Amino acid sequence: MTAPLVEIMGVRKSYGDLDVLKGIDLEVQEGQVVCLIGPSGGGKSTLLRCVNHLERVDQGAIKVAGEVVGYRWQNNSLHEMRSSQVCKQRAKIGMVFQQFNLFAHKTVLQNVTMGPIKLLGLSKDEAIERARTLLDHVGLLDKQSAYPSQLSGGQSQRVAIARALAMEPRLMLFDEPTSALDPELVGDVLSVMRDLVSQGMTMLVVTHEMGFARDAADSVAFMAGGEIVEHGTPEQVLGNPQRERTRSFLSRVSA
Amino acid sequence: MSVQAESPSRQELETASVVPLRHPWRWVSAAIITLLVVMIAYTLVANERFEWPTVARYLFSRPIIDGLLLTIQLTVIATVASLILGTMLALMRTSANPILRLSAAAYIWIFRSVPLLVQLILFYNISALFPTINIGLPFGIGPQFAFGEVNAIITPMVAAILAFSLNESAYTAETVRGGLLSVDKGQIEAGRAMGFSEGKIVWLVVLPQALRVFIPPFGNQVVNLLKMTSLVSVIALADLLYSAQIIYSRTFETIPLLIVASIWYLILVSAMSYGQSLLEARFAQRGNRVGKATKRSGPTTDTSRFFALKTGAVQVQATSEKDER
Ligand SMILES: Nc1ncnc2c1ncn2[C@@H]1O[C@H](COP(=O)(O)OP(=O)(O)OP(=O)(O)O)[C@@H](O)[C@H]1O
Ligand SMILES: [Mg+2]
Repeated sequence: MTAPLVEIMGVRKSYGDLDVLKGIDLEVQEGQVVCLIGPSGGGKSTLLRCVNHLERVDQGAIKVAGEVVGYRWQNNSLHEMRSSQVCKQRAKIGMVFQQFNLFAHKTVLQNVTMGPIKLLGLSKDEAIERARTLLDHVGLLDKQSAYPSQLSGGQSQRVAIARALAMEPRLMLFDEPTSALDPELVGDVLSVMRDLVSQGMTMLVVTHEMGFARDAADSVAFMAGGEIVEHGTPEQVLGNPQRERTRSFLSRVSA
Repeated sequence: MSVQAESPSRQELETASVVPLRHPWRWVSAAIITLLVVMIAYTLVANERFEWPTVARYLFSRPIIDGLLLTIQLTVIATVASLILGTMLALMRTSANPILRLSAAAYIWIFRSVPLLVQLILFYNISALFPTINIGLPFGIGPQFAFGEVNAIITPMVAAILAFSLNESAYTAETVRGGLLSVDKGQIEAGRAMGFSEGKIVWLVVLPQALRVFIPPFGNQVVNLLKMTSLVSVIALADLLYSAQIIYSRTFETIPLLIVASIWYLILVSAMSYGQSLLEARFAQRGNRVGKATKRSGPTTDTSRFFALKTGAVQVQATSEKDER
């Protein structure tokens, strides 16, 4: 078996006295989808943000595509990387946020072409072509010259996904991509994500959409209190949870 | 309590004409103001002591125009210098490096605390502190590359440029910082996650959006600066006001010459305000935002949100359409 695309190894992180991550181990194989579920404050966002080094881990390490994220292994210790190198690593990891975070002063098209032009060195024409293809996939080609303030939440989030995909990432991170959306708009975003799954994208998804976790994920990890309480296939974790904590969380979510 | 009128039928409501709210106080205030304007205009014309012919004689006279040009020159140089230095200071103040942050804060603290007039006189007399200037290694080690008498270098114009540029930079730094802080942190985070360096995020994401917030207070600041340049009379620099003062100290036509100077200040400030409104329009166009991009409440369709920007009438219409569905 090949090495996993993402290896999270004994990751610990605290904010002052608060231990937010208490030794997390998790692997994501290439082409797999792993969903992180769990109660608010359990550390899901923090873990996700450690994967692209938006947060620094206190102990342990995370490897993506064989490289330790944010650090260099030298003389038996981890040396913090120069920021230009961190940027190179981040460029290979796409991230989608709960609040979309589109660049408000750029049009939809410019949002999607900006990364490829400024970071990957694509020509403007190449970038526009790539952006149009992606916007077409997410069903928003007709919105290419709109500004983010003129989009609905669901449209914004699909643009945000297209923007991340334009960088041709090896891995996509999603932090509650549908939590800020009106219920009837959730489906559009989930169907874009399902398309991505079927194209074989490797994804780490924090979500409260149990339906998505059940039928799109290869594995589901239940996280609470800074630990992974239970990890397994969706059938195991969602269908037949072993731990009391998982059961009570699931009963509250589905209720 | 007033008696509630019989409630109208649906058909009556649909066909009824609309009587807009009257604003009687607008008419009263308009009348009062018109009266005041007429009175002022009458005094301006009737009071001989304004000496309008004298005003006309000096308005385009050589010393006044020269003074005007010097005022403009000083304002433009200080504005441009403060934009560069002020932006640097603002970036330093918001940087993660504590030394940069502290030194920028100290600079702003000093230059905003000491009165501008004091700074101006200090720069004018700087040769009392530093009689000579050496360019070379510090503490006089090794060869000196250049050497000069400070008295010869710091002319009144140089002193004024230094004082106004350095002082204005402290204010511009704060105005720029306000703009920087107004930019949504989520977008900065998104830029980071995409792999943009901090510098590129500032240049591509933060500064363009900070600009919109920055322009109105900065316009205010430049208007103030323009008028503050009249302080240079204390170091005998012939700007617009001092040129007028030189003339009236000789001819005693004090009021007409002050009016000459005021007319030019009025024209300059009006031109600047016009320029500011053009800039604001230029940057407001981008995306005509309504609040934040994230809207959670209510199932608003795109068109209804778009129309809601326009007049209330259209908004009412849009909602009633929806209600009928
Ligand atoms: N920058 C920070 N400084 C201090 N504490 C923080 C910071 N970020 C997160 N925390 C704390 O860390 C804990 C975990 O937060 P995290 O955002 O990872 O939770 P989460 O599982 O994503 O929750 P949610 O479902 O509400 O998004 C919370 O108690 C939170 O208050
Ligand atoms: Mg979270």
